[in-house]
Amino acid sequence: MPLNPKIKLNPKLFDKDAEQLPIRKGYGDGLLEAGKQDKNVVALCADLTGSTMTSTFSKVFPERFVQMGIGEQSMASVASGIAAMGKIPFLASYAMFSPGRNWEQIRTTICYNNQNVKIAGAHAGVSVGPDGGTHQAIEDIAITRVIPRMTVLTPCDAIEAKKATLAAAKMKGPVYIRLAREKTPIITTEETPFEIGKAQYFFMPSGAPQVGIIAIGALVYNAMVAAKELEAEGIMATIVNLGTVKPMDEKTVIELAKTTGAIVTVEEHQIHGGMGSLVAQACAEKQPTPIEFIGVRDVFGQSGEPNELIEHYGMGVSHIKQAVKKVIARK
Amino acid sequence: MPHLHDEKIKFLEGKANEIRQSIIEMLLAAGSGHTAGPLDMADIFTLFYFHILKHDPKNPAWPERDRLILSNGHICPVLYAAMAHAGYFPVKELKTLRKFGSRLQGHPHREWLPALETSSGPLGSGLSQAVGMALAERMDHGKATPKFFYCFMGDGELDCGQIWEAAMLAGKEKLHNVIGIIDRNNIQIDGFTEDIMPMEPLKAKWESFGWHVLEIDGHNFEAINDAVGQAQAVFEKPSVIIAHTIPGKGVDFTERRFEWHGNPPGLGPEDVIKKGEQGKEALNELRTLGGKIKSEHQ
Repeated sequence: MPLNPKIKLNPKLFDKDAEQLPIRKGYGDGLLEAGKQDKNVVALCADLTGSTMTSTFSKVFPERFVQMGIGEQSMASVASGIAAMGKIPFLASYAMFSPGRNWEQIRTTICYNNQNVKIAGAHAGVSVGPDGGTHQAIEDIAITRVIPRMTVLTPCDAIEAKKATLAAAKMKGPVYIRLAREKTPIITTEETPFEIGKAQYFFMPSGAPQVGIIAIGALVYNAMVAAKELEAEGIMATIVNLGTVKPMDEKTVIELAKTTGAIVTVEEHQIHGGMGSLVAQACAEKQPTPIEFIGVRDVFGQSGEPNELIEHYGMGVSHIKQAVKKVIARK
Repeated sequence: MPHLHDEKIKFLEGKANEIRQSIIEMLLAAGSGHTAGPLDMADIFTLFYFHILKHDPKNPAWPERDRLILSNGHICPVLYAAMAHAGYFPVKELKTLRKFGSRLQGHPHREWLPALETSSGPLGSGLSQAVGMALAERMDHGKATPKFFYCFMGDGELDCGQIWEAAMLAGKEKLHNVIGIIDRNNIQIDGFTEDIMPMEPLKAKWESFGWHVLEIDGHNFEAINDAVGQAQAVFEKPSVIIAHTIPGKGVDFTERRFEWHGNPPGLGPEDVIKKGEQGKEALNELRTLGGKIKSEHQ
């Protein structure tokens, strides 16, 4: 099994009936746990308590929950005020509305103001599905990673999302946690370590690696499937899960570029300004390496089934395999 | 709120005059910045920093302090001047306003000057922050907390939708210790507020959002003091004080002119006083009036 044995990933990952959970569920579970651990944890939500899983917390701690109504802009600044009094507010909505609609409030009243606020953006990516392009945030990494002080977390499954939420509560400073709507395979286990700012090797092929795949979010699963199939074809790909997009674990990224000599980045986001462009920037500065980018190419999403959309926008397993072959040819 | 006796009023008039002089000197030294709002809010800031606020300039982080949140950050010259005169930092530092490396950033930033409660400039977000602070306070100390959260807003910034999002939340949550103070000077950058985006009926607007509303002359210390006292006494409702002020108050040639919203002395309209003499003339006027405002002597 090519799964990195040190981090105890889900051994049933490649089974047909592998367990699936929505990444956002991990946020709800993590928020509740953080609330139990620290009475200063407070939650805010803008009329989406069920679908952001904030209700997991608000049902247990109603006195520490603020129902904002559909007011994402005010929500960001109210959270700033709550943090100014020494509390740890978590605010949640769909990523399109927060950090989408309320970007300036996040920039000025949270980040410029250096307040300890955590922002959870649910329903990120085209995999939101039938709701269509209005609700598919594929720009949220770009607009959060560009703000000084912001930490950007992109958990790959519900278990990692829970750990990311707990870690966000414990660190000081603004954090954006990117969540997805659909049920996706559980890749990690409770035993898998998690540390903000640390990338992890998920897939280590049997032979000398020819390419490094850096993936985030639910697409880490597609990357794993691609790497497994490639291995059977005799192409060796190593996978790194970049659970923290910012601050990026540059050491691991450069190490991967050095050892493989070719990189493919995989994200459910615009390739402009997303994770891949950060990787490219780091490589251009420290280790020039051919890179292929999997992601949305400067268009908006549309209605459809999640898998249909992932395929349509070129983020399926076959696309990752093609990109791997292409980048190896460029070496 | 303790009653203002005559001697205290005289003291406050003197302080307000000093603060107005500091504002003119700061703006002259900076060569940019806003004149009208800082001058018209000088009386209110003076009363807050020298009578109303529970605060300790030598210990700005005192947890039991009232919070004063300036939402319309562009009037910060009056905030800085009032804070300096109250003892937060040396008065001579005021002339560093807007200069490289100064703690007195062009719009307030609490990291440069930690005694500030927040950073502001982009309009419309202060009330949300005051509401957040009051919510956090209530979570820990219940409704009977003695702390007040004062949010100073401009009337122009009431154009921002976010103000009304915050107003709705404060009304819903019945945050009686949130007290808004609106500088109703009727001007914004592009002109008179009622021409740019009508605000009236302003009192009815706030009342319909669940607020207790007071309207006063923002240059009358006793009226301001009484209004704050009444706002503090109202329970189960947030209060807002609509303070009618005269933009540019205290310097004859800047009064009631929207052109002075975003210009410092020296760069204002010169139909009355030539640009090069505006600073000198403003200071001269303030210094010879001994705390009295000229329009009150005409």
